[in-house]
This record gives sequence, C-alpha cells and structure tokens, in this order.
Amino acid sequence: MQLNIDTARAARCRELAGKITGPLLDEISRRSTDSVERTVLRLWGADGLHDSDAPLANAAVARLREAGVLERGAARPVAALVNQTGSSVQEVCEKLASGTLDVPDDVTGPEVENTARRLTDDALSALAAAREKRLALVKKLGEVEDRPLLYVIVATGNIHQDIEQAVSAAECGADCIAVIRSTAQSLLDYVPHGATTEGFGGTYATRENFRLMRRALDEASKRIGRYVRLVNYASGLCMPEIAALGALERLDMLLNDSMYGIIFRDINPLRTFVDQHFSRRICAEARITINTGEDNYLTTADAVEAAHTVVASQFINESFALAAGMPEELMGLGHAFEIDPAIENGFLMELAQAQLVRQLFPKAPIKFMPPTKHMTGDVFAGYRLDCMFDLASVITGQTIHLCGILTEALHTPLLQDRMLALQGARYVMTTAKNLGRELETVPGGVIATRAAEVLSKAEALLKEISETGLMDALARGVFADIKREPDGGRGAEGCFEKADGYLNPFEERLAG
Amino acid sequence: MKAYGDTRDDGMIQISFTLPLSSGSKAMEAGKAYAAALGLQDVRVACAKPAGDGFTFYVVYGMCGAEIDPDSIKGTDRGESMSREETDAFLKEHLKREAIVVGAALGSDAHTVGIDAIMNMKGFAGDYGLERYGMMDARNLGSQVEPEELVRQAERLKADAILVSQVVTQKDIHVTQLTKLVELVEAEGLRDRLLMIVGGPYIDDGLAHELGYDAGFGRGTLPRDVATFIARRLVKQLE
Repeated sequence: MQLNIDTARAARCRELAGKITGPLLDEISRRSTDSVERTVLRLWGADGLHDSDAPLANAAVARLREAGVLERGAARPVAALVNQTGSSVQEVCEKLASGTLDVPDDVTGPEVENTARRLTDDALSALAAAREKRLALVKKLGEVEDRPLLYVIVATGNIHQDIEQAVSAAECGADCIAVIRSTAQSLLDYVPHGATTEGFGGTYATRENFRLMRRALDEASKRIGRYVRLVNYASGLCMPEIAALGALERLDMLLNDSMYGIIFRDINPLRTFVDQHFSRRICAEARITINTGEDNYLTTADAVEAAHTVVASQFINESFALAAGMPEELMGLGHAFEIDPAIENGFLMELAQAQLVRQLFPKAPIKFMPPTKHMTGDVFAGYRLDCMFDLASVITGQTIHLCGILTEALHTPLLQDRMLALQGARYVMTTAKNLGRELETVPGGVIATRAAEVLSKAEALLKEISETGLMDALARGVFADIKREPDGGRGAEGCFEKADGYLNPFEERLAG
Repeated sequence: MKAYGDTRDDGMIQISFTLPLSSGSKAMEAGKAYAAALGLQDVRVACAKPAGDGFTFYVVYGMCGAEIDPDSIKGTDRGESMSREETDAFLKEHLKREAIVVGAALGSDAHTVGIDAIMNMKGFAGDYGLERYGMMDARNLGSQVEPEELVRQAERLKADAILVSQVVTQKDIHVTQLTKLVELVEAEGLRDRLLMIVGGPYIDDGLAHELGYDAGFGRGTLPRDVATFIARRLVKQLE
C-alpha cells in the first residue's frame, strides 16, 4: 500500500523542524548537567555506591559542585587527580566523595587533557566491544527482516522474576523484551545500584539488572536461535547515565525522547534538552536504537484531533537525533493505535497514519504502540482491538511492534497474557503477510484524504512552532495538551552554563 | 444466586490460568485437578498449551456450586457514574461554580500512579482525569505531601474536596497517615466543609468510613467515578 505523499511538503516539514531545533541546539551546546558530568565519570569507571547510599558518581559530582568547579566539567579535576595520585578513577572519586582528597586548583595543561583523552579512549573501546559483540551475535543467530519485531514488556519489580518471564516470552516468540522501570524512577536524580528485587509497577534500571537480564537473554537467544533484544528507558533525570550504562551492558534499545520528560514528567525543559542530546550521542556510538514517545500524546489528547502533533513531533525528534549524530536506522520514531473504536472508519484512519509515518521516515525503525486508552478491562473486547492493531502493523510494514496485551490497564502482564499477545500477533502477521503489497489506496478515499490532511496540519503546526519557538509551544500545551513553562520543572538546578575551559572529552570524540 | 451460563443457576464459569508445568501428558490432568481443587465440578479443559518451556496455559470451564445471597451484600451503591460532560453540566446547573479539588499521594508514599490516573488530564483507561473537567479546579500536588502541607493547601485554595492516594500499605503505614490527616482536618475545623476521599489499590469504602473518610475508591476506579461522587455530594450538601 503506497500513499501519494506530497514530497515537497515533507521536505518543508524537515526544514521547519531544523529551524525549530536550531536555536535550542545552540543553547544545548553552551550547557551541561549534573547527569552529563556523572556520565563522564561513570564511563571512566566510577562505579558503585558512596557510603551514604548515594552512587559514587553522584557523590563525586556533588563534591565538585560544592567546590565551585563543576562549571568547567568533572573531567578536568578528576583527570588531574588521577595524574597527581596515580590512582584509578574509582579511587579518586571515592576519595573526592569522602573528602580525603582536595579538589585541585590547577586543572589545566596538556597532561590533564592527555589523561582525559586516554580514559575516554578506554571507555569508547568498551562501547565498541559491546557493539561488536551484538553484531556478531545478530550475524550468528539471524535477523528478523520480513515482519515487525514483536516487543513485549516485563514488569514484576524483581529482576530475577523478570528474567523468568522474559525467557518465557522469548520462547513464545518475543523479539524484544522491555523491562519496565519502577514508578517514578524517572524522577530520581541518580541511578540506583545493584540487583533489585523490589519495585512498584516495574523494576529499577540499574547496571547490574541490565547485565543480569542481558546474560539471561543471550542464553535464551542461543537456545532458540534468534537474537532477542533488550530494551530499557533512558528518560527522566538520568538520560545520559542510563544510555552509558545501557551501552556498556549491551542494551539494544532505549526509550529516549527529546521532550517526553518535559511533557509527562515535568522535568525542566533545558535540562531535558541537554540530557537528551548527550544521551543520543552515546546511543549513536553504541548503535542503540532509540524509541521516541509520541504515542503518549494520544493517551491524553484525542487520536483523531491530535494526529498531526504526533507527526510534527516525529520531525522534531528526528531533527534532534540527526544533530546528535544518529543515523536514521536508529530512530525508532513512535506512534500509536489509539483512535476510539466507536468511530466509523477509524481503522482506515489508523492505516493512513501508520502508512504516512512509514513513508515519511522510510529508513527509521518505526515503533507502533498498541491501544491503551480504549482498553476497558473487558479483556475479550480488548483482544479484538489488539487484533486490528496487529493487522494495521503488518499492512503498513511497521518495524517495532509493541504487542497489545489483553489485560492492559488491569495489571502488569501475566505470563499467559504475553503468550497470547505474541501468538495472536504471529497469527495475524503470517496470515496477512503480504496484504500491504496487494492493496492500493483510492485517490480521494478516506485513507488518502486523511493522510494528506494530517501531513498538511503537521506542516502548519511546525510552521507555527518555528515562528514562536519550541519553548513557547511547550508552554502553550501544543503536545498532549500539557503546558510546561521554560523555567519550571524538576532538575533545573542541575543544568548549568559551561565556563571557559570546560572539558567533556566525549563531546570531542562522539559524532553529533 | 449462582453464576449464569446458559441455564439459571447452572453456576457455569470460565477461567484461564497458567501452571508452572511442562505441557506433557500429565498437563491435561493437572489442569483438571487444579480446577477441581478450586471447587469446580464437571470440569472441561478446553485448552492446555505450552507457554514457553516449563509452563502450561489453560482455559477451563466448570460448574461452581458456590452461591451468594444478594440481599446480604453490604457496600454503598453509588449509582451509575456520570460522564465528564454530564458531571460538568450537573455542577454548572446546581453548584453554579467550579468544584475545587486538591489531591496528593500522602506522606511517605512516592507513588503517584493512582492520583495521576484520577486527576491528570490523561486519566485512566480512556477516561479523562479531573483536570480535564470544565467545572473542576483540580490541583494535583504530587507525591510525598505531608498531611500538614495538604491541609494548608486545602485551606489556602478553599478546597471542597481532598483526594488522597495511598498505594503503599506496608506495616499499615497508610492507616497511620490517613488517620493523621483526618485528625488535622478536624482540628482545623474544616471537616464539615471538606469532602475527604481516599483511593488506592487496597482501599475500599468500608476501610475509608472506618478511618473517618467520606468515601474510599479501590482498584479499577475511573476518574468519572470520583468526579460523580464529588459532584453529587457537593450538590447534596447545598440542600
């Protein structure tokens, strides 16, 4: 099924998105955040907890902030102390955090910068090793190419139980396993540590949990002969840190949106923009596919009325991702099947949207999200909605298919719910495999008209945002009907302007 | 009263479940035995199939002899909930002003899932939250709001209703905090003009009344249920 898309209009949308992100990219390049600085230290090897339960990276960065030197970056003082003491980054951070080492006065000079570069080289080698290992495994075990990747979630709160459920899901046909995070982890200004067994509505994203799950999925992948991808969330107040830990532990996908934290978690806009940029540069380096969160707009705003906001946001997310050095092949732009099932020809509108997005971003691994808003608890009715969603996905050739779960909105999926979702999706995608190739849209019909209308409205919206600025659009509640002030939100105090001589050696080395 | 399948009082029910058991020859019998242990008679295992290694998924039908007396069922029948539009129209006509609602996850509770589901624009299961209501001024104060702070805000905003969410119930901490809130409201002399509502997965109307609240809302509550209760009660108080 092909839509006759106005390519000139699509090109104008891209140009407008560039105009929108341009001024913000200038703001981003002038700033850093606590989380960015902690990321540098974590990538250099600062791991574990400080005495007071705070992660070491947090404690070290807090000390540098107190000493008034953070504005030049954490890299310089820590590299200077590594030179001065001959100790590892871990030991230097431990002593900095406990106060047994003083923050050095002189952090300039080629020795400091050389050490910073050497430590950065080591970190980049570790990322490269993880990347190569993924490539080798995918090559050995084979790749799903002729149908959407089937994606399910686990969310027990206990990493060991998550593993049991994830392995079972893989055996039932899942291609991607996302471990949902504990509620409100996105508002924690640190990444918890170690294997965790208690969470609410999900499991804490920690480096150790990443490692345990990746190891279990590697074993399962080899057994079932298919590389199973692991997904987590680089969103909230610790976007770049999660990206770095995910990159080190070979996560394959991260939810990573340029605006989600602002809109849905009330995180300070500039903080989010700076964090998302650095986190995406890490994802690009690690070849981690990002998933953007436009699907969420439709859980608050109406899916028919606000469809164009999804497309406009996808262009903005694409523009930010390009600026962070991401190839299109890593941009899992998101959207969702959320039109009210009572609306006549609603399914045709879903097809129009899915096909439009598919064609506007031909190389992007588009992520299609299942119905949630109209899942009422009648699991039997919900199962039918999910079936129509599966059909839309296979017809329009979506790349990442988050399987709808019949108990959506009731509880986290039961083992059997996941199996039913996977088997149902497999059925629909097999029986209707080539349907999309054999369908044509009728000029002037519901699908063609709807797609053209959505694109046209997306262009108009992008034009309006390019004139007023993205900050203003967020303040007016353009996305998801939620209003966010430029100076409001959490984590603003952790976002700062770089001083002269600022150094983040990763910024020099990463694309973007 | 018994479940109605296709004949009155046949007690026919359908259940589905998973057993941590490989789907070998014993699986069918195990499913049957489990259903029988649940108290089903004439068990029919309609489906027993693998759900990954070491698990079997079942769909089972059976007759259940259990019965209840509907007249003995306690609980408040709040009646059918109104839609958002109906509630807005109802408030406009009768209260003739916006209802002011202040909500929070109380005390040590950091979970905003519940309060967000009811109050935020987004709502829950396709039902918009109170912030979306034209005739409600809904303020969600978020998580870990101390009882003192909540009362202060309710007084400052001249709230008509307080909505508190308690998700964490470990060591009965919810009881302590909920009691404290009621006592504070009473001490401030606000109890008569303030509706007090509590919600959470393990909260029910009975517990809420016991603790001195006007209503308790449990699992599966939609924003419209809470909105309807607030609207009807506020209007009733005018009479």
